[in-house]
Amino acid sequence: MLKFVLRRFLVAIPTLLILIGLSFTMIRMAPGGPFDGEKQLPPDIEANLRAAYHLDEPLYQQFGRYVFNLLQGDFGPSFQYRDFSVTELIRSGFPVSLRLGGLAMCLALLVGISAGTIAALRQNSALDHGVMATAMLGISIPNFVMAPLLVLIFAIYLGWLPAGGLGSGELSHLVLPVIALALPQIAYISRLTRGSMIEVLRSNYIRTARAQGLPTRTIILRHALKPALMPVVSYIGPATAAVITGSVVIEQIFSIPGLGRYFVQGALNRDYTLVMGVVVFYGVLIVVFNLLVDIVYRWLDPRVPL
Amino acid sequence: MTAVTAPRAVTGHSLWQDAWLVLRRNRAAMASLYLLLTTSVLVLFAPYLSPYGFDFTDWDHVSIPPSWQTAHIFGTDGLGRDLFVRTLYGGRISLLVGIVATSVSLLIGVSYGAIAGYVGGRVDQVMMRIVDILYALPFMFLVILLMVFFGRNILLIFVAIGAINWLDMARIVRGQTLSLKNREFVEAARAGGVSSSRIIRRHIVPNLLGVVVVYVTLMIPQVILVESFLSFLGLGVQEPMTSWGALVNDGAAEMENAPWMLVFPALFLTVTLFCFNFLGDGLRDALDPRDRSAP
Repeated sequence: MLKFVLRRFLVAIPTLLILIGLSFTMIRMAPGGPFDGEKQLPPDIEANLRAAYHLDEPLYQQFGRYVFNLLQGDFGPSFQYRDFSVTELIRSGFPVSLRLGGLAMCLALLVGISAGTIAALRQNSALDHGVMATAMLGISIPNFVMAPLLVLIFAIYLGWLPAGGLGSGELSHLVLPVIALALPQIAYISRLTRGSMIEVLRSNYIRTARAQGLPTRTIILRHALKPALMPVVSYIGPATAAVITGSVVIEQIFSIPGLGRYFVQGALNRDYTLVMGVVVFYGVLIVVFNLLVDIVYRWLDPRVPL
Repeated sequence: MTAVTAPRAVTGHSLWQDAWLVLRRNRAAMASLYLLLTTSVLVLFAPYLSPYGFDFTDWDHVSIPPSWQTAHIFGTDGLGRDLFVRTLYGGRISLLVGIVATSVSLLIGVSYGAIAGYVGGRVDQVMMRIVDILYALPFMFLVILLMVFFGRNILLIFVAIGAINWLDMARIVRGQTLSLKNREFVEAARAGGVSSSRIIRRHIVPNLLGVVVVYVTLMIPQVILVESFLSFLGLGVQEPMTSWGALVNDGAAEMENAPWMLVFPALFLTVTLFCFNFLGDGLRDALDPRDRSAP
């Protein structure tokens, strides 16, 4: 087990370095700079600005400085929001994104697993076909289409829920964004659960349990659910990545002041440090999360080869 | 090799004929196929289907709902441009991205996977470790960085999306190659003195086609989705050119006053993605020998 964890760590470190290196090179080579404003700055002021942000040093030195600061949790100053450091921006944006994404993941797991299990129990019934057709729809409708449609129906025509913003933190403001973010994941998870549940239900030990006269509820909850959920556990990693990516769009549509919005604004404004900061932050998050999921998976199922 | 049922064995069926027979019985997949063909034809002949150009401003009919009298059958946008024509032109970009970017990743993925699988040993280990590392990167963010970097050039969008989507393909192809490379026909070729690169090209890759075709059908909608995502964020194609993602974005901004601007492009995008997914599922049933239940 320890060897396994160590090995996974050894893969994670170059991944992170490549991630930082790639995004650093790309954003630095992009045409246009952070000081291209409406009006041209006088050359000596621009030179001073560049020196203040260490942009006049050779690239490898800037990179070294960046990684060094990063290790101390310092993402550097933001180029656009002059009075804030990127660390402060991340600190203000991430809790919002975390709440949105966390709720969406919980909803997706809860609904996806239940729907998949029910569909598997009634395999080939009308209910099963209905659930699977809905899931196919959920996979095919991108969330940036789903979100405006939800707003159109529930906020504008029916007027049940607010169309955007966070208000003063009421839960009603999060209902539509969370649903829009969770729907594709619900679809994937229910398909996964259904497939593996059907396989598990065909296995010998479930037949034995049935033959012993155990009630269906016990069979499902006590015996079938854990093995059937293994593919779902390994999907949690990619699902997290998808939810994080999706939240970029969802935050934009619902004008929620989370990290994703900072990211898009930063990309459009060439705010180097902010964009880098968000990519690195989310990259670390995804890599660490994948690592945890792998470890949990192996702990649940020790037969997995190293 | 293929599981041909007894009575039909006399005439003999190739894998592809067999697959076609299975596919033809799958009504959802066939309907999807026809819908996709129809969409492609519509998109191809877009300029001849309406009197309006895709960037023509009809000052007399700005932001009007769909109407037959004016020949704006999907209505117009806030700049008086015909939405029907724009939706079809957007479809050109979306489908083109789907095809070109998928071809790019097909090329990279198949050659990478086949080489890793065929050469094997340490080379294989290193190549697959690289794939593992790349796999863990948050790609959507890197594509957004690429768009910032490349300045939203349409050709580079194709290549960028294609160049990051090849990982799954490489893994699948490698797995298949591993199981193929010890088969008799490969051994025969090797004994006959055929070079490794020729064996890969002439003997390994053609035998991978079944799996690859299924995977390509499922990759096209993913790629279309990535492009729409970028265009939606304003990082994709640039005005006056458009794509389904950009149209959905415009529509979402105007949906209170002009819901038709959202509904039509969204419908086209969704139906197309839906069809590709159904067709892919159908093809998997038809081409995957493991799943074939004898009819």
